Amino acid sequence: MSAIADVEIEAAGALHADRQVARRELIRELLHSPAFVIGAFILLVWIICAIFGSAIAPHSPYAQSLLGINKAPSSAHPFGTDQLGRDMLSRVIVGSRDILVIAPLATLLGTVLGTAVGLVMGYYRGIVDDVLGRVVEAFLALPLIVTAVVAIAALGTSNATLIIVIGLVFTPLIARTVRAAVLQERDLDYVAAARLRGEGSLYIMFAEILPNVFSPIVVEFTVRLAYAIFTVLTLTFLGFGVQPPSPDWGLDIATNYGVVSAGYWWEVLFDALAIASLVVAVTLVSESIEGVLER
Amino acid sequence: MTAFILKRLGLALVTLWILSLIVFFAGQILPGDAGRAILGPLAAPSAVKALDHQLGVDQSVLQQYWNWITHFPGTSQQYQAPIGPILTTALGKSLKLAVFAFIIVVPLGIFGGVFAALKHGKWQDRTITVVGQSALTVPEFVSGIVLILIFSVWLGWLPVSATAPPGSGFFTSLKYLILPVIPLVLILFGYIARMARVGTIEALGSDYARTATLKGLPRGVMIRRHVLRNSLLPTITVVATQTGYLIGGLVVVEFLFRYQGIGLLTYNAAKNRDFPMLEACVLTIGVIYMLVTLIADISFSLLNPRIRLKAAE
Repeated sequence: MSAIADVEIEAAGALHADRQVARRELIRELLHSPAFVIGAFILLVWIICAIFGSAIAPHSPYAQSLLGINKAPSSAHPFGTDQLGRDMLSRVIVGSRDILVIAPLATLLGTVLGTAVGLVMGYYRGIVDDVLGRVVEAFLALPLIVTAVVAIAALGTSNATLIIVIGLVFTPLIARTVRAAVLQERDLDYVAAARLRGEGSLYIMFAEILPNVFSPIVVEFTVRLAYAIFTVLTLTFLGFGVQPPSPDWGLDIATNYGVVSAGYWWEVLFDALAIASLVVAVTLVSESIEGVLER
Repeated sequence: MTAFILKRLGLALVTLWILSLIVFFAGQILPGDAGRAILGPLAAPSAVKALDHQLGVDQSVLQQYWNWITHFPGTSQQYQAPIGPILTTALGKSLKLAVFAFIIVVPLGIFGGVFAALKHGKWQDRTITVVGQSALTVPEFVSGIVLILIFSVWLGWLPVSATAPPGSGFFTSLKYLILPVIPLVLILFGYIARMARVGTIEALGSDYARTATLKGLPRGVMIRRHVLRNSLLPTITVVATQTGYLIGGLVVVEFLFRYQGIGLLTYNAAKNRDFPMLEACVLTIGVIYMLVTLIADISFSLLNPRIRLKAAE
């Protein structure tokens, strides 16, 4: 009996070491990809801005100066000032905070729920799969923005609503991917072995199948993160997200784009560039991770 | 084939019914009393009660759902007018924008994707892939605002608004649509080019492509006759599924450019909590999406003998 246990422990140890080597190999490969390095660097800059924003920013993002409204970029205000005389550079720096909290939390929520639903759909198949499949289809028939707008109209606007709504909308999308991955695993020998050992369905789903479908879930998370940033910013731009006077890129563009025709381009351009740099950075990182994991 | 179409149609109807339930109950989550929410906290209780009765919200939920379905699309609270005509006009305008976007992006996306695949691994391929992928992730309002800055504010070439003055000719109104269409085109280009690229690379590496090359077909003929025919098939489905993303994009673009289409209508309904209008808009969007996917699925199977035969079994 003890001999068998020893062998098992040894095998588990070897597996663990293998995994560590594989992980180190993945990280080494990622660091050699220029796309990943550039993306990760930009992302890091924004994360630093999100955490230490108020300390880095030259002015308070809320400080108004009614004598210095709509000022073009100068050495005192490198990104100019807005309609209330607030420093745009400070607003762009601190504006990274909300988006970098809301989007990852929403994606995490969607990934956790989607993984659970996908495991259940793929593992049980049959009627559960059919019913959930129809509900997923119904959700997918609506564009994400439309679903989110409806839900927020019904529930009211707050950052928590935003996280929950986007998380819930992502759930069926992620569930579909996880389900497909589980379908390929459920008939393999290790699942049958676990069943013969008398393990419960929950244990088989979460302790046996889940670790083996982990890479598609990681890929799904990074891809969805870019999409969550896209969606949160769009909803905020439409007035369904972060509320004024919080500094936020989407919100600032919505507030200031009315004065663009008067020539105050700096009040929207830097926010637009900040958004573009963030989404492209996340895409570069997620594409590189996907490329490395699927090889 | 008929059985296949009927089955797909049946499934679409079931999905649509579930969608109607979801949309209807989203309207029910609104906390508190609809009459109270509209009239405000100072209104007399009798007035609230009368409005509740007029809106039908004092009935049971099932009864309300039945009323909604049988009187679809109903009356807008915000406009105090039947939803049907408002919705049709808006739909027509959005259709104009959408068709314009598709006319530009479908050939462009397919050309870009096929070209990238033929240059697989070279710098042209990498450029198209990176540009397409970046275009895909930048929100429409961001590219829209940059376009407004460049082409309206700085160069003064194109108007900021999307709606041409009344009575202007076809080409003038087309000119007003150029700026709004570009953000939509950028997003769709990414998806379509990616699918066309993957499909073409796959087809180029297939046995039949090799056979065609080995039997001495010139490369151009081989690509036209054997590769494109197979690689563009999946792209049809992608173009159809993009209708969903396109409508999502319409909400943003129509809001940014103040264009009175179904996107702006949905936005206004949500902003003003006009639930009958919102429900009608959302359900219409769902129906459009499902119809387009259904047509795509059917044409896909008509063009693809493998699926056609499988369905006949």
